[in-house]
Amino acid sequence: MKLTGISAAIVLCASAAIANPVTPGEVTYDEYGAVATSLSGAPGDPENGAAIMVNRGKGNCVACHAVTALNDAPFHGEVGPTLDGIGGYRTEEELRGIIANAKMMFEGTIMPAFYKTSGFIRPGDGYTGKAAKEEDLTPILSAQEIEDVVAFLMTLQDS
Amino acid sequence: MKYKAMTALAALAVSAPMLFAGGADDDTLTIDGQEMISKTAAPAHMEETGIDTIMSGWHFREDDTQAMQMDTFDNPGMIAVDQAMDAWNTVEGTAEKSCASCHEGPESMKGVRAVYPKWNAEAGEMRTLAMQINDCRENRMGAEPYAYDKAQMTAMEALISVQSRGMPVNVAIDGPAAEYYEKGKEIYYTRYGQLELSCANCHEENYGNYIRADHLSQGQINGFPTYRLKNAGLVQTHNRFRGCIRDTRAETFSVGSPEFVALELYVASRGNGLSVEGPSVRQ
Ligand code: HEC
Ligand code: HEC
Repeated sequence: MKLTGISAAIVLCASAAIANPVTPGEVTYDEYGAVATSLSGAPGDPENGAAIMVNRGKGNCVACHAVTALNDAPFHGEVGPTLDGIGGYRTEEELRGIIANAKMMFEGTIMPAFYKTSGFIRPGDGYTGKAAKEEDLTPILSAQEIEDVVAFLMTLQDS
Repeated sequence: MKYKAMTALAALAVSAPMLFAGGADDDTLTIDGQEMISKTAAPAHMEETGIDTIMSGWHFREDDTQAMQMDTFDNPGMIAVDQAMDAWNTVEGTAEKSCASCHEGPESMKGVRAVYPKWNAEAGEMRTLAMQINDCRENRMGAEPYAYDKAQMTAMEALISVQSRGMPVNVAIDGPAAEYYEKGKEIYYTRYGQLELSCANCHEENYGNYIRADHLSQGQINGFPTYRLKNAGLVQTHNRFRGCIRDTRAETFSVGSPEFVALELYVASRGNGLSVEGPSVRQ
């Protein structure tokens, strides 16, 4: 099975100290859209996760979601649900899957996929409006950045 | 733990202003005392969208921005209208004609803005107002065309729009226009770019909601060209389309492209019934 293959590989890498990130094309989602193992093979840093969530060039998650713990960054949107208390009712695996590609859990959702590099219509080179070749695309967030955001969301225990 | 300290700090910090105004406001838009149709029943062809009331983008703006549009003396877009008035009367090109040579005063343009983009049977093409302006310049005046979305063009569009102010938008979508309508509609619902967002994701499913600091409107174009305070200048329809597509991390279409002409017809038709407001004022 593909999943065991990947997790076995992660175990191997982890033992070699530096973990290889799972590439966007290799991520295995379960039938609910959750992702079982760390994308980077390393634990996340919640403080960096919080910074990514408010950074317009990175996650910019607060463009759509209100998060009380991030209130010192101005202007939270209301396109998605508030994430207060999310760590209390979503597992780490679910959160990883939602951030990597929310469409695996919420069909047709407006929420962008942060760890995906293929299958786009007219992908651009960042925000230049110019064309990008698919092979040059990088995910919006790196494997480690996604782990950092997951780690931050897990700290949001009470709403 | 370092992190805990940070959240404690955040909790102490005065919470950021969360506007959460939600939806369009109930104000009435008048321009120099003339009431505009800024909210009205959606045209029949929009039934499948689930939107029953169409609304001008004016309803989604802050009070001070709104006020600037209500009085022509406060509307910075009117400066361009004055400049275009001069251009209207200026003889240019090999035919030694001005707009006025064929059309007399700009009042002759009353009603024009409301029905563009419009099928031109003679040329066999769908024409935006900008395309028509350039057609006159090139083929009737023997003059250089204006750059599609630059200042001279947006100013001329503004002058022509003002003549129809208050009149309901009424673009045709049947007959030869039908194919453009369908193509524009397809573009409107396509999820472009690495963020995979369509026009509909923001302007149909989420109008009234804030996306970060932006209060999403229905993305109507009855107010174009719009004077954007941020750019300190008039913004043309295709320019706005380009900006919105760019923001989805996509390769945009170019101004004046067949794709944007079709999209303009489709978006205009979603505003059939709203007053022509151009030049409107936006943040
Ligand atoms: C363009 C809007 C948008 C952006 C940007 C966005 N989201 Fe979402 N998100 C949504 C919407 C809408 C939903 C609700 C799912 C649906 O479509 O039904 C959602 C759902 C979620 C959920 C599940 C909530 C629940 O109650 O189960 C989580 C967790 C989440 N988002 C986290 C994030 C994070 C973290 C980021 C940034 C890295 C982010 N989102 C960026 C729109 C967005
Ligand atoms: C990620 C969200 C997003 C997407 C996708 C998007 N827009 Fe926008 N659009 C905005 C924002 C934000 C504004 C500024 C606030 C407003 O007027 O809604 C805006 C403004 C506009 C306006 C100006 C409205 C006015 O009253 O001045 C038009 C027209 C428009 N968009 C059309 C489109 C079209 C057509 C598409 C698809 C090609 C599109 N938008 C895609 C976010 C988006």
